[in-house]
Amino acid sequence: MKHLLSAGDLSLDEVMSLLDLAEQMHDVQSRSIKKLPALRGRTIINMFFEDSTRTRTSFELAGKWLSADTINISAKGSSVSKGESMKDTMRTLDAMGVDAFVIRHAGSGTVHQAAGWVRASVINAGDGQHEHPTQALLDAYTMRRHFRDALGAEPGDRPFAGRTVLITGDLLHSRVVRSNVLLLRTLGARTIICAPPTLMPSGAASWPVEVTNDFDAALPEADIVMMLRVQRERMTSGYFPSEREYIAGWGLTATRMARMKDSAAICHPGPMNRGLEISSEAADAANSLILDQVSAGVAVRMAALYQILGGEGDVA
Amino acid sequence: MTTTPTSPTDNRVILDDADVARAITRLASSLVEAERGTDRLVLLGIHTRGVPLARRIRASIEAIEGVEVPLGELDITMYRDDLRRQPTRPVGRTRVPVSIDGATVVLVDDVLYSGRTVVAALDALKDLGRPAAVRLVVLVDRGHREVPVRPDHVGRDLPTAADEHVSVLLREIDGIDEVRLGRAPAEPTPTTDREENR
Repeated sequence: MKHLLSAGDLSLDEVMSLLDLAEQMHDVQSRSIKKLPALRGRTIINMFFEDSTRTRTSFELAGKWLSADTINISAKGSSVSKGESMKDTMRTLDAMGVDAFVIRHAGSGTVHQAAGWVRASVINAGDGQHEHPTQALLDAYTMRRHFRDALGAEPGDRPFAGRTVLITGDLLHSRVVRSNVLLLRTLGARTIICAPPTLMPSGAASWPVEVTNDFDAALPEADIVMMLRVQRERMTSGYFPSEREYIAGWGLTATRMARMKDSAAICHPGPMNRGLEISSEAADAANSLILDQVSAGVAVRMAALYQILGGEGDVA
Repeated sequence: MTTTPTSPTDNRVILDDADVARAITRLASSLVEAERGTDRLVLLGIHTRGVPLARRIRASIEAIEGVEVPLGELDITMYRDDLRRQPTRPVGRTRVPVSIDGATVVLVDDVLYSGRTVVAALDALKDLGRPAAVRLVVLVDRGHREVPVRPDHVGRDLPTAADEHVSVLLREIDGIDEVRLGRAPAEPTPTTDREENR
């Protein structure tokens, strides 16, 4: 694996071995010395052109716990603010001999383009409204654990077969939904996406999913109820009349939770708007996997970094 | 170094299943004798074939002493000194059920060759705690050390040529218990104890 740009580039075998590896990395997290020497001598640049706390921190920790040197660069305070193009900045750093770039950028497709500019590996940490593959991987990791530990599924190659994942929220502005849809297809889950018509991406009809606007009807079918954040900062005009109307139609309220299957669990990639797309009752419920997702973030990113930088010879 | 049981290059059987069983019993009793009992012993099998081997040594200790010694497994892939020279390797499970601080850790592996795997295992142990002592138990010592490492208990000393090839086959993984010596297949001389983890 040279780059990690899209969740759709991964085969089922690759996904499964990444998730298995993440299990090993997760164990390391509970040790007092949380460090493995696997990436000693490698250098990883985290380039975040957009704000991020959990993704940036977890990539940084993942690199450090694998003994790589990690350097954070944000647009503010770098030569980008002097007007240097992203391409020139990256080529400069590439010439210094770094091994990988972890990039978050507001422009959809920017990260794919960047992969063509440099010799180093490129990992997509979120590009605009396009993709966020490591988020989808950590969601898959968390869901797989839930299917196995809570529901007692046989550990095998198809833990997602026969499972239904319902993704609800601001799908229009979400990169998480795109990566999740691609990964869940590879994993063989049934995926339903649900949003108000104004927040449904125009191309959704061609995705390998079932599309609905009716949250209440879809809810009882789901094994996983994944809520996505209403991204106010990306909204340029009114997509729904009021928050109350949004909650009435698409918020995961305490009343709605009662409609879920007993065995179903709740996910949210964070950061949450408590009281909007998800109520505090749901976020803090016993069947909420939200903190498990955060905890999986570092382990999954360690696995991805190891797959990309751990060896020599299988690079394309 | 291991290959599939049907490999035509594995021509000479050095230990058969009865020999392997006797070697394991002897390893268990000499270990217990040298340590004067089982107090604070922790057995750690090194992936892949060290793991079932450690399990059998534990069963043997239980038969002799009536004590169940804590048993764990150690994957040293990420501690290998040649990690970067090869395609990305799959990583096995590391599971250490008890704290190794102050314990006598017994590393168990199938073949001792260059000794580099043991060095990697010692590095891995360092990240898990500080044992009072570390011992090394191997089923076969085939020589050709590249680092100053020496085993404490050996099932069989097996002088070999560098181009020879030792295969340890264990029931749990390979279906039979056997140690074979043959001509190495046409590939570069390995500088590590084993070529692959699985």
